[in-house]
Amino acid sequence: MDSRIFDELRAVVGKDGLITEPEQLRTYECDGLTNFRVVPSAVVLPTSTEQVQGVVRVCYREHIPFVARGSGTGLSGGALPIESGIVISLARLNRILEVDLPNARMVVEPGVINSSVTQQVAPHGYFYAPDPSSQQVCSIGGNVAENSGGAHCLKYGFTTTHVLGLEVVLPDGSLVHLGGRTLDRPGYDLCGVFVGSEGTLGIATKVILRIVKRPEVIQTLLAAFNSTNEAGAAVSEIIAAGVLPAAIEMMDNLAIQAAEAAVHANYPDCGGLLLVELDGPSAEVELLMEQVKTICTSCGAWEIRVAQSEEERAVIWKGRKAAFAAVGRISPNYIVQDGVIPRTALPKVMSEIERLSAEVGLRVANVFHAGDGNLHPLVLYDRRVPGQEHLAEQLAASILRLCVKAGGSITGEHGVGQEKKDFMAEMFAEPDLETMQRVRCAFDPERLSNPEKIFPRPRLCAERQGPYEPHPLEVAGVAQYF
Amino acid sequence: MTSAPEPATQAQTGTLWAELASIVGAEHLRPAAPADAVDGVAAEKVVEPGNADEVSRVLRCANVARVSVIPRGGGTKLDWGNPPRRADLILSTARLNRVLEHAWADMTATLQAGCTVELFQKTLAEHGQRLALDPLWPGRATIGGILATNDSGSLRVRFGALRDLIIGITLALPDGTLARSGGKVVKNVAGYDLPKLATGSLGTLGVVTEAVFRLYPLPRETRSVSFAADTAQTLQKLVLAVQDSRLAFTGLQLRAQSAAPPQLDVRFEGIAAGIEAQLRQLVSLATGATPVETPEDTWSAREALWRGSQSALIGKFSVLPTGLGAACDLVARVAGPLGLAWKLVAQAVGLGLVRLEGQNEQALAEAATRLRGEIEQLRGSLVVLRCPPGAKARLDVWGSTGDALPLLRRVKQELDPAGILNPGRFAGGV
Repeated sequence: MDSRIFDELRAVVGKDGLITEPEQLRTYECDGLTNFRVVPSAVVLPTSTEQVQGVVRVCYREHIPFVARGSGTGLSGGALPIESGIVISLARLNRILEVDLPNARMVVEPGVINSSVTQQVAPHGYFYAPDPSSQQVCSIGGNVAENSGGAHCLKYGFTTTHVLGLEVVLPDGSLVHLGGRTLDRPGYDLCGVFVGSEGTLGIATKVILRIVKRPEVIQTLLAAFNSTNEAGAAVSEIIAAGVLPAAIEMMDNLAIQAAEAAVHANYPDCGGLLLVELDGPSAEVELLMEQVKTICTSCGAWEIRVAQSEEERAVIWKGRKAAFAAVGRISPNYIVQDGVIPRTALPKVMSEIERLSAEVGLRVANVFHAGDGNLHPLVLYDRRVPGQEHLAEQLAASILRLCVKAGGSITGEHGVGQEKKDFMAEMFAEPDLETMQRVRCAFDPERLSNPEKIFPRPRLCAERQGPYEPHPLEVAGVAQYF
Repeated sequence: MTSAPEPATQAQTGTLWAELASIVGAEHLRPAAPADAVDGVAAEKVVEPGNADEVSRVLRCANVARVSVIPRGGGTKLDWGNPPRRADLILSTARLNRVLEHAWADMTATLQAGCTVELFQKTLAEHGQRLALDPLWPGRATIGGILATNDSGSLRVRFGALRDLIIGITLALPDGTLARSGGKVVKNVAGYDLPKLATGSLGTLGVVTEAVFRLYPLPRETRSVSFAADTAQTLQKLVLAVQDSRLAFTGLQLRAQSAAPPQLDVRFEGIAAGIEAQLRQLVSLATGATPVETPEDTWSAREALWRGSQSALIGKFSVLPTGLGAACDLVARVAGPLGLAWKLVAQAVGLGLVRLEGQNEQALAEAATRLRGEIEQLRGSLVVLRCPPGAKARLDVWGSTGDALPLLRRVKQELDPAGILNPGRFAGGV
């Protein structure tokens, strides 16, 4: 990249806000999905909205693609840099700007860590509901980009439910405000479109969040079953009984072993472990918990434990939230998959996964958000064995296809990013993808904001009117004109 | 900016009507009657496609002929927004009226856009489930119509709005594209969230043909209680106390009017023991307010605002939850001196409907303008939903869309470049 551009960026973000040294740049070459790596031309670390605008304006004028980055914990390569582009790190935009308890709203910058939001308001009995397992390190800006979920979104909804408004730097450097502190503002719900757009529509620089009052009582139950099928049947019965738990999580034996090895959660050694959390008014929770216990027993649970203290509850959750990382204890390498199926398809999909796993000869550990059918199969392999990584990737892909075939989705919370672009075409038809890209063109006609993500084929944004002239990229077969 | 389509010539429209008749069958294309007028703008034809494919083909033909299209469901909210610049063709979803799938074990359902809310709820109730939303006029309002207008009622405080309940959509675009987004599972982040884009877009981007929703169980028990107080501010304090408590209420509604003291309704759902315990806690919070009998139809009190013989203006306002009391006082302060009677029903989330009543159209328009001025100062909004034509002509019914207006226009331009869908009815003249 031209040194003149570096000078200009330095003038915007200051000397310590620009990274161009190859060694330092390597820190940014990947996110949580480490098998894709690209070293960017530069990294900028702005400290204000104005600086973000300043950087984006330079990019717009010079046609430099940019990728926004929060904490870099994403698992789909959404923050993977572009070689000829720059990374805009929002880590220094990390202030909590406003806490408005009577209206249950907060205004934060995108670099604020997810768990800091709850910490800020916990003394007043409030919490921020979306709780991805990486919540100790992931940023609100990243959560907005990915529409992050977490175990408790079964009852409380996803990031999009809790983001009321955004200040956004559009890819041309202009500033817009989408949504706001009050609901149903006149105009399209562009805030709703932006959340989950994986950094392809611009950069959020302020986020208005909704916080939630902590319920009177929270009770967490562990139930041990012989198989995930039995545990799955219990999940269906709980839901069919009209109970809406705050969370229902499931782990299979391999995942339990891993979690035990890592955090000693004292889980029962069983084929299918269910974790059910109920919250609400105490009289109601007590009664429903009895009902849940009865259902679990009738579905074959041979051990049922209810956490007796906040400490016990914390340990139970620690095991679950550490499960991905814990798999590192039982396998040198693993792929974290993220797919969704209708809950009722669980037994069928599980037995298919088992069959595929046996066929390929690779182990699969399963951790689910069982209440909403969000599967996280972990494909275990050893990179040192020639060909095994490829086999593991193929197995992970086959599992995803199972999800689509069952009427589900290729991603429930990790995003499409770089990793699952090609699967988009398996889940959506061409007109569906084209329509999404038209929306993209309204935000980012020059395709500068994280341009290589989500969509399997780029679409050129152009006026439809007037005589048709093929774009050079089209002639070269790189892009398609719709 | 998107403008109204250039009027088609008579010869062109003659060809178009023949084309449409061949798509939907001659019996499903008819000349528009005076009752089909859209907010005073006469329509020419009414077409009733029988499936999504026909909707798409009808739109494509209309787009080529540059004929304006007004999508219509139950027609209950057809006068919301600005009058259309033109209303050549009414596209009625009357024949798209089926619930396609109720996956009750997965707690999701797929239905066609022309299905009424009531029919949908009845179908879901067979398996003890519901769409957790209580919009206006469920007997006539269709799913497509409530999506277009983003209507929500008292359940919103617990279950959120349509945007939080819809998980998938099929949209027919003016160029004939049938685009699906979202899916049939509750948790899904693949691709852009077009269900949210369509929700509240007043049919200006595409015609919804199908939608998929997440469902909730029907409550086992429901109990409501009400309180009265001398001032709205007293009830405002109670609203905030309830919201700051650990009560799990599913309705929290403020009713106020020029002729009577304000009242607050609180609803609990769940199991009897839980509700009883919560009611006791609530009473201990409600100092300064007097328990009163809950009117039988209180949770459809919004509908009562649309009834009355006097000419009236009805608006939807949005303020912060802490601004509800102030909003009541503001309405009283603005309406009183202009000689207007008023009535409002607001939900604790800060959304309300207000009815201003009086013969003087200029006074109605002036009241709305002044109300909006003050509410926008508080970072809120006021959208006029229905008013006499004389008042509408004096008003911008939508109010400010802020700095997002150019972006909003670009989205419209991308999806409906010729501007055939509901031209001019939406915010910013879109």
